[in-house]
Amino acid sequence: MSILVDQNTRVLVQGITGKEGTFHTRQAVKYGTQVVAGVTPGKGGETVDGIPVYDTVVEALASVGANASLIFVPPVFAADAIMEAADAGIPLVVCISEGIPTLDMVRVIPWLKAKGCRLIGPNCPGIISPGKSKIGIMPGHIHKTGSVGVISRSGTLTYEVVFQLTERGIGQSTCIGIGGDPIVGTHFVDCLQLFEADPDTEAVVLIGEIGGTAEEEAASFVRDRMRKPVIGFVAGSTAPPGRRMGHAGAIISGGKGTAAEKISAWKDAGVRVCQSPAEIGATVEESLVKRKGA
Amino acid sequence: MKIHEYQAKKILSDFGVSIPQGEVAETPAQARVISSRLGREVVIKAQIHAGGRGKGGGIKVAHSPDEAEHASSFILGMQLVTHQTSPQGVKVRRVLVEEALQARKELYLGVIIDRSTARPVIMASESGGMEIEEVAARTPEKILRVQIEPGLGVLPFQARRIAFGLGLPVDVINRAVSLVTSLYRAFEAKDCSLAEINPLILGEEGRLLALDAKMVFDDNALFRHPEIKELRDVDEDDPLEAEALKYSINYIKLDGNIGCMVNGAGLAMATMDIIKLYGGEPANFLDVGGGASAEQVENAFRILLSDRHVRAVLINIFGGIMRCDVVAQGVIEAARNLMIKVPVVVRLEGTNVEQGRSLLKGSGLNFTVASGMKDAAEKVVKLARLPKPVY
Repeated sequence: MSILVDQNTRVLVQGITGKEGTFHTRQAVKYGTQVVAGVTPGKGGETVDGIPVYDTVVEALASVGANASLIFVPPVFAADAIMEAADAGIPLVVCISEGIPTLDMVRVIPWLKAKGCRLIGPNCPGIISPGKSKIGIMPGHIHKTGSVGVISRSGTLTYEVVFQLTERGIGQSTCIGIGGDPIVGTHFVDCLQLFEADPDTEAVVLIGEIGGTAEEEAASFVRDRMRKPVIGFVAGSTAPPGRRMGHAGAIISGGKGTAAEKISAWKDAGVRVCQSPAEIGATVEESLVKRKGA
Repeated sequence: MKIHEYQAKKILSDFGVSIPQGEVAETPAQARVISSRLGREVVIKAQIHAGGRGKGGGIKVAHSPDEAEHASSFILGMQLVTHQTSPQGVKVRRVLVEEALQARKELYLGVIIDRSTARPVIMASESGGMEIEEVAARTPEKILRVQIEPGLGVLPFQARRIAFGLGLPVDVINRAVSLVTSLYRAFEAKDCSLAEINPLILGEEGRLLALDAKMVFDDNALFRHPEIKELRDVDEDDPLEAEALKYSINYIKLDGNIGCMVNGAGLAMATMDIIKLYGGEPANFLDVGGGASAEQVENAFRILLSDRHVRAVLINIFGGIMRCDVVAQGVIEAARNLMIKVPVVVRLEGTNVEQGRSLLKGSGLNFTVASGMKDAAEKVVKLARLPKPVY
């Protein structure tokens, strides 16, 4: 069916009165997402398209209840917003904000663990379970309900892949952008685990990129624990070392984190790695046909 | 953001780390004055944002003020090439003139963020002077690692574990503990992504000194460190990359001849990859941002065409929420305003894609419309191979 979010997810938007917040709240509502409240300190009592705005997350929860939060707060205040949501007891926080200081995130992660909160992002497009709920900034119309899970560190590259799938009539169970920062709340492995356990997901697409070791960690999980087919692409084979390629986390440092290393780890683990980003849709199609035949 | 060695040493010294005596010189005459003031053997060190300076001829020992002046006149103004610079090297504008010290031991001490545990980690090794990556590759067992609990900082026992682990004599341990603590405090207080002392030397009379230091700062945290922002050396930045940043465009120059303009960093990397896969060479990485407005497209065009090697351009925009007809309009306007002559392949996808494509085709400009990334890559690689037209 889907993982993490569905038609029953009740969403609170932190930073709802800002330009981005208002725009994407409207898009989400249009898609069918249940947006139940907004929070902007100092704007309590106002409304955005009839959605009530509160000064604090605790107040919003007491009045309307919510089980997910979507954050559009400027990066300077975003870590605080994440911690506020977790402290109020929201189990799932999706943070879109780009540019949060790394040491702020270092402090956020143990706080989330202590509060039992899952964070998606930051610096990500969010999460969508097509046909059910869209908690993020992705274009809803390119998605289609179905059985392929998508996990990615990127934004527009994820849209590209989803588009290729939908064009072939292949729908998605849930698509998650885990974010392009060095420190993110939810990793490839967390999502793989959920997709492997989801009875309605048949195959998973992993979109990695240079920098860090998230892809290598995903490789061991796929090798040891996944039975469903996994198709992958790693962006950045042509990226020069030592340079940050747009995303704060996309950097080859000290010769580590190259696309070649990640691709070989995935291949060894049985991931079907696409050399070309244009082949991802076709490769997924082949995998699904093979699985049905088997 | 990177800074120079002399700047990093100044910051570390403010946090209590001992550093050699020395000063910065911009002319050989200044180097001479500093050398005679120090009154002893000195080391002249080129100040550029890259490692491997010694091997490239950027570090020299001088035994007298005469020698210091002579060595500086050689280093100042040179194009210093190291394994971390481009093949053209970097022009040396400053040297650090510093007292030469004898080392009984050369060590490594550094702090970084470990991405998978989301915690700072202190790394130490007895192989000072070598790059830590090299030590990690050859003898990983020789690196000590201590994870720091955010909020608590370095605990005394952790600092002791490093000090004893480095094989330091007992009478130096307390000094080492306070040094480790100072380095971590600097790392945290200044929002570093790397703070490194390499080598850290055990000198005469059991002194511990930072013979070289490197600090890299988290760009996302610079808003709360105006004092760090001031240390930026614009001469070290690529002028085109700096220009692009003014418009919030992420641009990185590469060596190929196919200019790329893409929205989103992941898609921009994937676009470079597919160009290479089809036999071409990307001239740049360029993320034009989410909006891809006419103005942004024009800025991006101007920047990527300033690279004279560009023979063809590939624009890959995934419209998403942004409408393709609006993007197409922007591309046409920008191409007209800038009177673009090189062939341009445009791949648009998303809302109103048909309208977007027909606008491009009907514009009378030198656009090749592609459908899909494969088609786009094949087309642009072919166009980049055509002989350069004469205008």
